Amino acid sequence: MLTISQIYLDEMIAHAIREYPFEACGLISGEKDLVKGFYKTRNDAASARIYTVNPLDHLRADRDAEAKGLSIIGVMHSHTHSEAYPSATDVTQAPDPGWHYILVSLKHKDPVLRSFTIVEGNIVEESVVRLNC
Amino acid sequence: MAIEVRLPTVLRAAASGQANVSVEGETIGEILKALADQYPGLGSQVISPDGSLHRFVNVYLNDDDVRYLDKLETKVIEGDVVSILPAVAGGSL
Repeated sequence: MLTISQIYLDEMIAHAIREYPFEACGLISGEKDLVKGFYKTRNDAASARIYTVNPLDHLRADRDAEAKGLSIIGVMHSHTHSEAYPSATDVTQAPDPGWHYILVSLKHKDPVLRSFTIVEGNIVEESVVRLNC
Repeated sequence: MAIEVRLPTVLRAAASGQANVSVEGETIGEILKALADQYPGLGSQVISPDGSLHRFVNVYLNDDDVRYLDKLETKVIEGDVVSILPAVAGGSL
């Protein structure tokens, strides 16, 4: 289960739309399953099919989170023409089994956002609890 | 010279749960080698079999990615902080 403010969800969807036709990416900070921050990051791959979080953006996000007593707990990225479901690339490159993997799909008229855990190659969808604050 | 190395959560289990460790070295390569000697479980996750930086991690000297400095030959001085973070990538392919 991932608990997250509607504000961050809106920011993620806006980020995905703004970066189109490229994939957008970002990092989330928080404690375990509670998101307390969202960092938009540059996609160094500048591609419609792959993303690479800019390493310096990652470092800055990590430091900011730590200064607030938080950790980076997951990554968000967009799929511009496919479903909001982890691809084989997403699974093989998943960096941390403790992270949340948020996907935003722009395939349909309305953006779709879903969240997953990826542990030893196993994809499990998790519920997203939206906070109105 | 002892240098502080900051580890990401995914690597801490291999370093007895520590977020920060102190290792000796004059270059990034020496520091990572010392880190691998001290915590064998970390070695293969940071250094590739060919001796280069593993592509699944990014290593920083203070605010700079060492790939844009002198890579493993990058020299460190007293007070520097080395950070290791996972490379985060994927996509719809």
